[in-house]
Amino acid sequence: MTSKLLTIAHYTLLEAARNKLLRLALFILAIGLAITLFLKQVAITETREFQLTFLAILYRLAAVFVLAAFVIVSQVREANDKVMELMLSRDLPRSSYLFGKLLGYLGVALVLAFIFALPQAFFADLPRASLWGLSLFLELAIVAALSLFCVLTLNQVVSSLGAVLGCYALSRSMAALQLIGASQASEGGGVLSRIADYALSGIAFFLPRLDLFTHTGWLLRRDTYVPDVPWLIVQCVVYTVLLSLAALFDLRRRNF
Amino acid sequence: MGKRSLSALPWQLKLGLLAALVLQFVVHGLTPAPHARAIDLAVPPSNAALAATSLGEPLGLSKALMLYLQAFDNQPGISIPFRDLDYARVEQWLARIMALDPQSQYPLLSASRLYAEVPIEAKQRRMLDFVYQAFLQDPNRRWPWLAHGVVLAKHRLKDLPLASRYAAALRQYATGKDVPRWAQQMDIFLREDMNELESAKVLLGGLLQSGKINDPHEWHFLNEKLKELEKRSQE
Repeated sequence: MTSKLLTIAHYTLLEAARNKLLRLALFILAIGLAITLFLKQVAITETREFQLTFLAILYRLAAVFVLAAFVIVSQVREANDKVMELMLSRDLPRSSYLFGKLLGYLGVALVLAFIFALPQAFFADLPRASLWGLSLFLELAIVAALSLFCVLTLNQVVSSLGAVLGCYALSRSMAALQLIGASQASEGGGVLSRIADYALSGIAFFLPRLDLFTHTGWLLRRDTYVPDVPWLIVQCVVYTVLLSLAALFDLRRRNF
Repeated sequence: MGKRSLSALPWQLKLGLLAALVLQFVVHGLTPAPHARAIDLAVPPSNAALAATSLGEPLGLSKALMLYLQAFDNQPGISIPFRDLDYARVEQWLARIMALDPQSQYPLLSASRLYAEVPIEAKQRRMLDFVYQAFLQDPNRRWPWLAHGVVLAKHRLKDLPLASRYAAALRQYATGKDVPRWAQQMDIFLREDMNELESAKVLLGGLLQSGKINDPHEWHFLNEKLKELEKRSQE
């Protein structure tokens, strides 16, 4: 079973290479660096901070979008070309197919995180750039599992991509939304505010705490909050497992 | 393409999914809850940086920055009174926003109606001075905010010379046809309040003789005022 899983992961990585994903990542890298050079000319002070902030935000969002788009388009193409049906008609358990695909996508996430973290090492110090890169990989792992779950459930490019990006944005801003909801409820906002506060807290239980991942501040200042790395790993593993089991649940129920 | 029933799925998968969900709840519950942190207002980016990042949409960026500044007092989970803000930075932000959209009245409205209303005299004066400097750059468009500044200087700060300085600037520079005469006449009434009767008389007499007063009621009112001033100055 392991060899089948690894074979699928290998072909997933091969597909990423043939889709010129590496070239796209390098192109985004070059664009970011070019804009950074431009920022160096226009910023009067805190030039390095300007460059780092811009690069960190651009690369993180680009990595999330590229990975989510790749997973979704790849899966939809495989479904349309009946490749998935062909593979599952062979002696291949659905779980091997799913975890093999996930492993391949995690490999792509690792490559993307490495590429986009590399230039940060030139602007920030190496340990902080490494921490940022590790956190980006963990964040991308969740995005890969989320994309796989959404595309296996929705089977459409636009709706899957919308669901992934919406879920990502919500996870990133949920802590701030909770604080706003809690402050309004405590300031006598009435029953509706309290209901909204409870609803937000309830939704938050189903989302990963992405607001604690990959902060630009880690790259900028030495005195800023440094994350609890083991906790980030636990959150990533738990949520990735949850999403992949949910995806497997849906895949196992499907009739081809 | 139908779906298999739930009972067709292996119990290990159902149990695993349930366990993973419980584990996610546990992880979420063990994660420190988000806590509110007051963030200081940062120094705004330079005009050049803002122009470059506006992507050719300076008006859009100006509006977005204005909303950011306006909402800065209401950060997630925490409310910062305007009086606690660093006014030097607030002023810098307002200046940058005005530079992006010089015709917008929003920054000056905020300066005179929001930030100048705090109960700290130094901060009120700072905002009024900002409004005054901005007024001098475009008097016929920005006169309402300086007119409000006259009221604030007179009634809040109880600083008649400052109010008179602003009112004099209104009379002197806000001469466009859309500027109402009451704004230009504020100077006269302030001088009367300050007991500078002679200069008030000269200004009022000059206004009446200039032929700008076309409304007979207004002309009558101002003429009566002039007579009253002459009477008071003779006493």
